[in-house]
Order: sequence, then C-alpha cells, then structure tokens
Amino acid sequence: MDTGIDVNTLQSEIESGAELAISTAALNLWYGSFQALFDVNLDIKKGRVTSLIGPSGCGKSTFLRSINRINERLGYVRINGSVDVFGNNIYAPEVELVQVRKQVGMVFQRPNPLPTSIRENILFGHKLHNRDRKYSRDDEDEIVESALQQVLLWDKVKDRLKRKATDLSLEEQQKLCIARLLPVKPRVLLMDEPCSALDPKGTAAVEELIWELRGKYSILIVTHNMAQARRASEECIFMLMGKVVEHTVTADMFVTPAHQETADYIEGRYG
Amino acid sequence: MANPGIADNQFLETELNVSAKRTETLFRILFMVMAGLLILPVLIILTTLLVKGSSIISFDFLFTSPTDGMTAGGIFPALLGTVWLVGVALIISVPVGVAAAVYLSEYAPDNWFTRAINLAIINLAGVPSIVHALFGVGAFVIFFGFGTSILAASMTLAVMTLPVVIVATRESLQAVPQAFREACWNMGATRWQTIRRVVLPNSVSGILTGVILEVSRTTGETAPIMFTGAAFFIPVLPESVFDQTMALSLHLFVVSTQVPNVPEALPYGVALVLISMVLLMNSASIALRMHLRGKKKW
Repeated sequence: MDTGIDVNTLQSEIESGAELAISTAALNLWYGSFQALFDVNLDIKKGRVTSLIGPSGCGKSTFLRSINRINERLGYVRINGSVDVFGNNIYAPEVELVQVRKQVGMVFQRPNPLPTSIRENILFGHKLHNRDRKYSRDDEDEIVESALQQVLLWDKVKDRLKRKATDLSLEEQQKLCIARLLPVKPRVLLMDEPCSALDPKGTAAVEELIWELRGKYSILIVTHNMAQARRASEECIFMLMGKVVEHTVTADMFVTPAHQETADYIEGRYG
Repeated sequence: MANPGIADNQFLETELNVSAKRTETLFRILFMVMAGLLILPVLIILTTLLVKGSSIISFDFLFTSPTDGMTAGGIFPALLGTVWLVGVALIISVPVGVAAAVYLSEYAPDNWFTRAINLAIINLAGVPSIVHALFGVGAFVIFFGFGTSILAASMTLAVMTLPVVIVATRESLQAVPQAFREACWNMGATRWQTIRRVVLPNSVSGILTGVILEVSRTTGETAPIMFTGAAFFIPVLPESVFDQTMALSLHLFVVSTQVPNVPEALPYGVALVLISMVLLMNSASIALRMHLRGKKKW
C-alpha cells in the first residue's frame, strides 16, 4: 500500500491524461442554512502551486477545508457535488477518512507542532500509518533527515532533534509542520494562510520552501496577501461570495485580469 | 488659590476623590481580613493537635495494635485499614472516572445524553456522605452480597469520589490546546490515537492532582465506611478485600466518643496522624503539579 508517486503511476497518470490533482464538480456547501460555496468547478493541476485569493468570507478557506474533509467535524455542514483527488471522489461513501487525511496534508495559519521533540513530530504521522511494520532507528533517522532536508530545516536543527518543537521560532515551527506531513507521502498539501503568523523574513523563507516543494507535491495555498500569491504561485484562483470568478496563470491574473471584480480586488478597491 | 497668578492645578484631589479613596481602603481591608480569617482555623487545628497529640506519636504508636480496650497501644490496624480502603477505592474510581471524563471531554456530542450525564455528576457530588453510606449498604453489602467488607466500603467511597476524579480529569483534558488535536486529526489520527499519544500525556499532571485530592478526601471520610466495611475493633489485620477492617477516621470517632478512660493524648494523636496523611498528600499533589507544569511549554 505504497502511496508514494513512483515512476509507474506517474507514467500511467500521464497516459490516461490524469494530470489533475483536484477536480471539483458542482461543489455546493452550506453551513446550516448559509450557503458558503456555489457550484464550484475547479481543476487544479498536479505538481503546481495554486493560490486562492479573495476577500474575507469569500469561501476560499471553506473550499480548502472541503478538500481534506475537515469541515465535516462541524456537524452542521452539508455538501453536494464532488471533489476528486487524483481521480477519486473523496466524498464517496466507501472512502476511508484516514486515507484522505493521509494523502491530503494540511498546514494551518498558526504553526501547531505537537509538544514533543522535533524528531517525534516528524515521526508522528509515519508511526501512525505504519503500525504494522517495524522500522529500525536508522530507518527513522533517515526519514527525519529526509523530511527536514525537504523543508530546508535540517542544517538548522540537526543537532537538536530531541529538543522541544515548541521552542523553535515560528518560522521553523511552520516548516516543521510542513515537514511532518511528508513522511506519510501526501500528494496534496493544503495551506491555510501559512505565513500570516510569521514576520517578513519568516514569510520569505516559507515562500521559498513552498516554491521548492513545487513539482513534488500539488500545493493549494489560501492567502490574503496578494504579493504572496503573485510571488509564490503558478496558478491563481480568485473567489468572491462563494463563487469562483477567475482561475488562470498567476502572471496573467495580475497583469491582465479577465474580470472587472478581479481587477478591482487586485488593485485593492475592496477586500 | 494658593498661588494666585498661576492657573489652578486641575489635578488636585476633590472631596469626591477623598471619599472614594476612603471607601476603597475600607473594602480592601475588609476583604483582606475575611481572606486572612481562613488561615485561622487551620492554624488552630494544627497547633492544638501538635501540642496535645505529638507526645504520643512514636514508632510503636504507628506500628502496633491497640491494647487494653483501645485505651493504650498503637493504631496500626486502623492505619493499614485506611490504606486498604483508599487503595481499593482508587483502583475502582480512577479507571471509571478517567474513562468517563475522556468520553465527556473528547467524544461526547452536545445532546440530551451528555447533559444527563453532566447533571448526574453534579448531583452525585452533592449527595451527603451519609446517604452514600446507606446506598452502599443497600447496593454493595446486601444486593451484591459483598457483606460488610473492604470491597463494599471502598466501592461506596469510589462512588462518592467519582465526581472529583471526573471533574478534575475533564478540566485537565480541556486545558490541552485544541490545536494539538487538530494537528493529529489532520495527519489521519483517530480520536483514540490522538487521546493516547497527545491529549493524555499532556494532561496527566492535572489528572494526578485530581486523584491525589480524591485520596485525601477519601482518607478522612467516616460515614460511608461506618456501615459498609469499617469496624470498631478487630484484633487481626485484613488479608483480603472481603475482610472487615479498622480505619483511622472511624478509630478517631471511636476513641473520642465511644470508649471510656482514653488518655487525652490518644485521640489527638490519631487526629494528628490522619491530618498529616491528608496534608502530606495535598503537598505531594501541589509539588507534582508544579513539577509537571514546569516541563510544559505552550
């Protein structure tokens, strides 16, 4: 049950034309009687960094949260339509939630490392999902190093892996929160304003990291910061009042937006 | 006015300020005195016990049996009996209480069932201990047929102290930040995996505090064990949970009121031992909490 993207699956996906990471069809979502998403049809490409922008309350976070079904925890959420992640509807009745969460990782606004060591944080998800197998200490060391290397944190923390993760700076904590998703080999990373708790330097560092992870993972970022969307994403989706207004290559959206609302928002006339 | 020519200082106090300040001082002192009064009973009790009871405390007093119709000798069977009663009560109430608290804090949806449980806990906490005693007689001694035994007495104590364990545990579970749970759930951890690996390890200090407070409360209880398992005087030590036993709290009652010609120091000595046990456990609970809290960082 290896869920990593090996060469064969990659090949077959290209052949079958399945280069979409996420594909939603007529996705509607209600919080009680309030409709938060209206007929969202989006195709998000594999291996790309896609940003979601729009004014507060436009549904971008709601959309993000419906892709790993975290919304469901609130009992009053109702959904119809479909969300396909790599070709399978995650809302299908036979789908196991744990598998969804494993393959669609989520990073939050506020870094939320667990109050254990750096090493244990990285191994948490791995141990959870590999209870049936034995790993030697060396294997685990390798997993920790590889995850931390990928988030550009290894050199900084390699001598203090046993220290508390909560002692790290916010920037490092956020990187750690990304790193701890990687050992379970997620295919999609969802990030809900991942830099909003960070200072400019931390923001730059995390953006650099996101850019670095492009290609290996399909990344969807919600951001309030238009400069960030412009710098750190390849495609950009603009949402307004629960509807998708525009979805295009980031560079095009910021230079020649196709819709008046997009232009107004980008120029800071509202939001 | 004092300095004509210069504008009046508008920052000087007025009559109104003076009276407000006077009232302020009055209330501060009043509240302080009330709070200070709390120390008084503790001091009086402790000094009385120390002055009148410490002369009798010795190794023999603690570790031998009463003799001469309980007017001489030691208190060992009662001391040991209390340890038995509290120990067995803990073995019963901690697993039940912690499990119930975990359910209420981590799983329970907000519905009539949960509200009914919460109501039951509040009411259980308010039931007088003598009523618990009678319940214990009816349920454990007679209905379950345990007879008057350590088991029946401990179960009665356990039922009585369950609310303490549940409330303390639930509070310490809820003190664990929600962000930790979300982090786990989003990595695909089930509720139980989250509880087992993150929530419980981070709330253990609070749970232990609750347990120790329960122990100290249980130690002193008399009514619930009087009819269910504790005896006035038993020359032999208990060997199993189906035996009757002596207990410190009941022994204190007995030597103070039921036995003639007891030397004055004896009941004070028993009380001193009893209160020392309770204070010791309370201090242990505070020390433990401080120690474990010092390690936490979030």
